[in-house]
Amino acid sequence: MNSTAMKRRTFGILSTGALMAAAGTTRAADKKVLRFVQNGNMSILDPIWTTAYVTRTHGYFIYDTLFAMDANNAIKPQMVDKYEVSPDRTQWTFTLRDGLEWHDGKPVTSADCIPSIKRWGARDAMGLKLMEFVKDFKVVNDKTFTMILKEPYGLVLESLGKPSSNVPFMMPERIAKTDPFKQIDSQIGSGPFIYVNAESKPGEKHVYVKNTKYKPRNEPPSGLSGGKVVKMDRVEIIEMPDPQQQVNAILAGEIDLIEQPPHDLLPIMKADKGMQLVDWNPLGQQFIYRFNHTQPPFNNPKIRRAALLAVRQEDYLKATVGEPQFYKVSSAAFISGTPNAFEAPDGFLVKPNYEKARALLKEAGYDGSPVVLMQSTTLPVLTNTAPVTKAALEQVGFKVDMQTMDWQTLVSRRTKKDPPSQGGWNIFHTFTVAADILNPISNTYMVAQGEKSWFGWPTDPEMEKLRDAYSKEVDPAKAKELAHAVQNRAIETAQYGWIGQWYGPGAARKNVTGWIKAPVPVMWNIEKA
Amino acid sequence: MIDFIARRLVAIIPVLAVVAIFVFLMLRLTPGDPAAVIAGDNATSDQIDLIRAKLGLDLPIWQQFIIWIGDILRGNLGESFFFKKTVVELIAQRLQPTLALSICTLIIAVATAVPLGVLAAYRHGSLLDRVVMGFSVMGFSLPTFVIGYCLIYVFAIDLDWLPVQGYTRIEVDFWGFISHIILPSITLGIIYVALIARITRASVLEVLNEDYIRTARAKGLSNRVVLMRHALRNAAVPILTVIGIGVALLIGGAVVTETVYGLPGLGRLTVEAVLSRDFPTIQAVILMFSVVYVVINLLIDISYTLFDPRIRY
Repeated sequence: MNSTAMKRRTFGILSTGALMAAAGTTRAADKKVLRFVQNGNMSILDPIWTTAYVTRTHGYFIYDTLFAMDANNAIKPQMVDKYEVSPDRTQWTFTLRDGLEWHDGKPVTSADCIPSIKRWGARDAMGLKLMEFVKDFKVVNDKTFTMILKEPYGLVLESLGKPSSNVPFMMPERIAKTDPFKQIDSQIGSGPFIYVNAESKPGEKHVYVKNTKYKPRNEPPSGLSGGKVVKMDRVEIIEMPDPQQQVNAILAGEIDLIEQPPHDLLPIMKADKGMQLVDWNPLGQQFIYRFNHTQPPFNNPKIRRAALLAVRQEDYLKATVGEPQFYKVSSAAFISGTPNAFEAPDGFLVKPNYEKARALLKEAGYDGSPVVLMQSTTLPVLTNTAPVTKAALEQVGFKVDMQTMDWQTLVSRRTKKDPPSQGGWNIFHTFTVAADILNPISNTYMVAQGEKSWFGWPTDPEMEKLRDAYSKEVDPAKAKELAHAVQNRAIETAQYGWIGQWYGPGAARKNVTGWIKAPVPVMWNIEKA
Repeated sequence: MIDFIARRLVAIIPVLAVVAIFVFLMLRLTPGDPAAVIAGDNATSDQIDLIRAKLGLDLPIWQQFIIWIGDILRGNLGESFFFKKTVVELIAQRLQPTLALSICTLIIAVATAVPLGVLAAYRHGSLLDRVVMGFSVMGFSLPTFVIGYCLIYVFAIDLDWLPVQGYTRIEVDFWGFISHIILPSITLGIIYVALIARITRASVLEVLNEDYIRTARAKGLSNRVVLMRHALRNAAVPILTVIGIGVALLIGGAVVTETVYGLPGLGRLTVEAVLSRDFPTIQAVILMFSVVYVVINLLIDISYTLFDPRIRY
């Protein structure tokens, strides 16, 4: 072999080796670094300004909450050490735990918590309701404050321990005093992780390091409550939009966790010995069937009811999720298996009744004008919901104009109150994290205050009376009865449809353990072997 | 020549004005509301209206346009609706991966396609010619994402030689940078190789039938000298033209390639901005791409004079 050939060969070997070594460094060689891919990119870092779930999850990294929901859906103190309620239930006094500190080293005080609650209370549906009852806040001392109510409110703890968007995260006073409709510009919290602004690049990755000064509670972790013990030095949220690439990357060991891969890719990971599927969100999600109450024909309750009588939940679940192990047929609006769950009689939404639907449609005088059904094709789990609705509606005599669009167009168009022929709409589908809809107050879809309601704008004073009664009820047994009454009212007026619960497991490398079961993917307690 | 360059640079202004008006109107007149996207799924109409007002999207379109154009003329491209960063900062952050991808793709494409095209022309009608042309057809026909997934399966998952996704900045780790950029560049390069090889073959083939080539051969010059000095140089103008036109192809291809390989570049920024209706970012990125396209074509026009002395401006 001449010298040139030898040089070429040596270069080839060296460069291949160097490239492979470089590839290996990406492979999470460091056991103290966790790489996690969320369901979507995170561009907004203010969990009060947006209800986006990716931002909510970011909130759990860097902020802490006064109360939190445990694995049994009970609300437990988190930043709060103890609390007292006055005999007339109008004064709630909260005392913070010892040793709580912001990431900049300053102590967490009552003066921080009050504006944090107020800012959240100006944006979140449950927060708004709570603030209707709040007369005033009073600082007792640095660690103790009192919330004074106008009258007893049954959901004080449920509100302050609300698990999902918007979560009442505590922020330092100067940040919490930001206009609720303006994004905050600082990422200082008192949570178990610290956000590393200098290393985070939106669209590429977000970097968090362990907050070594964080003092976890002594109890073991349970849901979102208990001791938040961080076992990794660093967590990186990697932004990777393509689900197929997420799976390729985890199979190659470049990332450690995927929040929720699409169901059709689960068999690939099931078949790999280095992988495990983790059911981290046992409450799952629920599909929603939403009418526009302000436009014909669905301004007529009989016609709404006719449409819902054509629903068979299993059709939706088979078309979207596929495998029965990942879905549950249930006519309970407030999530099967939780305290307010109530299986509706007559197989409502479970067994269709086409004859009754056709009769109702005739009785209501449906004029045959086409119903505009919006179909989103960019969120894979939602794509097949609209075609199932179209088939069901046509089965009972509706004319359906299914219009296909991307999700962002749909979320813009659903705000329009114009007639469907002028850019409005009649029906769309979405889904919600089950933890968001466990009671009649947090369940946005139950709100029936017209213009103030969620898209579709139902108006029903009777429903509002029931919701109001629920919010004031302090006896759990009576509150449960009222929750059932709310569900019955929603069925009676066909306010909206809940068309199936489903579950999407997370994917993790086999060497990753400790992923906590909760409604939010949280990264404390996780370790890597 | 200086006159020509000055005239062309001045001509950029109306081009950008047309692009600016077109992009602005297109974004405002097509469906999509950034306020609804920002507010998230659980927000109510009232909350969305408040966000819309904060962003100035409740103003009449003509008023929004005047504000935007005024900002542009003052050199202010605006702030992203989502990222709490100026658009200039965002573009600067995302520039390197796209630049690296484009340069590596161009190097791979030119280094592969020109020799292949020349050889195919020289061996016109041979098996080699047919293989090169067959490859060209395949390169044009296969979508970029299919090529990407196939290469990932072979080189990243099966052979485990290269990473599946991601990007390492060149100043952080050179070999890491190379390992991350190779597969995306090859993926994007294949369609480019197909295009350039085909044009090179056609141009060289045409030149090879010219009298001066016969004369060069008659003078006893070697095939290498005839091909490289006489044939290729005279065939260079169409090849350069297609490279210039291909820049548009490169920009479009970068969007798909960056998404498939998880490269945090301008292509992905564009897709993210379009999906979230981040108007300031979309407008700035499209304006920037327009400037790049016009400038590259100007450089190509200037380079013609290097290869063909008859061309004068």
